[in-house]
Amino acid sequence: MIDYDYKKPESLEEVFSLLKEYGPKATLIAGGTDVMVNIRNTKKAPEVLISLRGLKDLRYIKKNKGYHIGALTTHRMLELSELVKTELSALYDGASRIGSVQVRNVATIGGNICNAAPSADTAGPLLVLDAQVVLEGPKGRRNVPIAEFFTGTYKTVRKQGEVLVEFQIPAEMGHFGSAYWKHSRRKAMNLPILGIAVSLKLDDETITDARIGLTVAAPTPVRAYKAEEFLKGKQLTGDVLKEAGKIAASPECCSPRDSIRGEAWYRREIIEVYVARMAMLAAEKIKNR
Amino acid sequence: MERFKVKLQLNGEAVELDVNPSETLLETLRDRLELTGAKDGCGLGACGSCTVLLNGLPTRSCIVLTAELDGSEVSTIESLADGTKPAPVQESFMEKGAVQCGFCTPGMILTAKGLLDRNSRPTKEEIIRSISSNLCRCTGYKKIVEAVEAASSTETPKT
Ligand SMILES: Cc1cc2nc3c(=O)[nH]c(=O)nc-3n(C[C@H](O)[C@H](O)[C@H](O)COP(=O)(O)OP(=O)(O)OC[C@H]3O[C@@H](n4cnc5c(N)ncnc54)[C@H](O)[C@@H]3O)c2cc1C
Ligand code: FES
Ligand code: FES
Repeated sequence: MIDYDYKKPESLEEVFSLLKEYGPKATLIAGGTDVMVNIRNTKKAPEVLISLRGLKDLRYIKKNKGYHIGALTTHRMLELSELVKTELSALYDGASRIGSVQVRNVATIGGNICNAAPSADTAGPLLVLDAQVVLEGPKGRRNVPIAEFFTGTYKTVRKQGEVLVEFQIPAEMGHFGSAYWKHSRRKAMNLPILGIAVSLKLDDETITDARIGLTVAAPTPVRAYKAEEFLKGKQLTGDVLKEAGKIAASPECCSPRDSIRGEAWYRREIIEVYVARMAMLAAEKIKNR
Repeated sequence: MERFKVKLQLNGEAVELDVNPSETLLETLRDRLELTGAKDGCGLGACGSCTVLLNGLPTRSCIVLTAELDGSEVSTIESLADGTKPAPVQESFMEKGAVQCGFCTPGMILTAKGLLDRNSRPTKEEIIRSISSNLCRCTGYKKIVEAVEAASSTETPKT
């Protein structure tokens, strides 16, 4: 057995004081589906786990001048939310494809983002929904745009003493349509070879705004800004979307590598094809409202 | 290191445990309580052979800490049969030949039970989606799906 201590604080204040007391010897645990697997895989454990499960009021999905999602919201809650499904569709697509129901019942969106795996299935959706990550420390809160949150593989800007408390999505995202594609070999229980998220805003057939988020396409989840710029003001046609896909797949936007799950050239081809397909799906979401 | 007092409703009985902070539910069940129905397969949350029902939901016991569970309800495969009479879902696994080596079976049955308790008439699609959380190296899944389908018409729905 691998030994470590475990603390279950009841409030954020208690979490902060425990984080201060233990410093780098402590690791936060939410659903534990990354933390526990990591401990068992590496046979190494932090000295103490600080559980966030006591923070029951950090589980919510709300709409009120924008969208607010508590850090401890499970993927299952996201998957079952009508609001998420209809107004933040890409997030529904991402959350509902994580692991299996068993995993989604306990795993949280905050854990998915703080773990910062290049393959995190909610990262692409949150990128194209312009989410802000709200971090709280003993001295108060700060907001970080999700596009600036990841600094490397399994690395983020979160400071040791901080807790991710909420994701905020601007109200205007409700006027966008969005979609996410998890490209993987099997339908269930598989990490993506690639993740492609797109959100669009339309005025008739003109694309007035667009976001493209890619995962497993670079050391961190990334936005394909060049391809987004290209789309703005263009008509929603197959040719335009195809060109956007080409730009998104180019070295200007991403740097996929060869890995056992897929080679770089293959990933680029998938990006090219699926950026166009997800843009089409995103547009359909708007038209079907 | 602080030990944890945990009260559980385990297979319908109240139990009080004194556990290590780093003890998983699977370790508590198998090593402390000698309930060996839940299997230790991958130990990494991937295979589902350690599945138990936690507050009615199929859950991987190998990546849950017992210390987290004070006040929870846990049901293992040992609680399904009524004395020597197997539960309907167990009967249908036997009838349909959904068991070969048996290693995945407790987890499969509890996953199926978790589904049937919430939805007594699941579609085939829903059954497949639900058991996709559990691996079976022997049967090829077809007979497991058939067994759950058969059980869905005999299992008395919970209200
Ligand atoms: C069988 C299996 C299948 C999986 N499949 C997928 C998949 O398909 N796609 C996918 O993306 N992931 C998958 N995962 C990984 C994992 O389930 C997700 O990343 C999940 O969202 C992690 O959430 P958690 O609450 O369990 O995090 P935990 O394991 O509790 O924490 C993860 C990390 O985040 C930190 N953390 C958690 N919450 C906070 C917070 N509020 N503030 C600050 N730090 C925090 C922890 O310290 C830790 O470093 C899978 C895992 C398993 C076991
Ligand atoms: S032993 Fe728990 S999932 Fe494999
Ligand atoms: S019967 Fe052998 S693993 Fe399923």
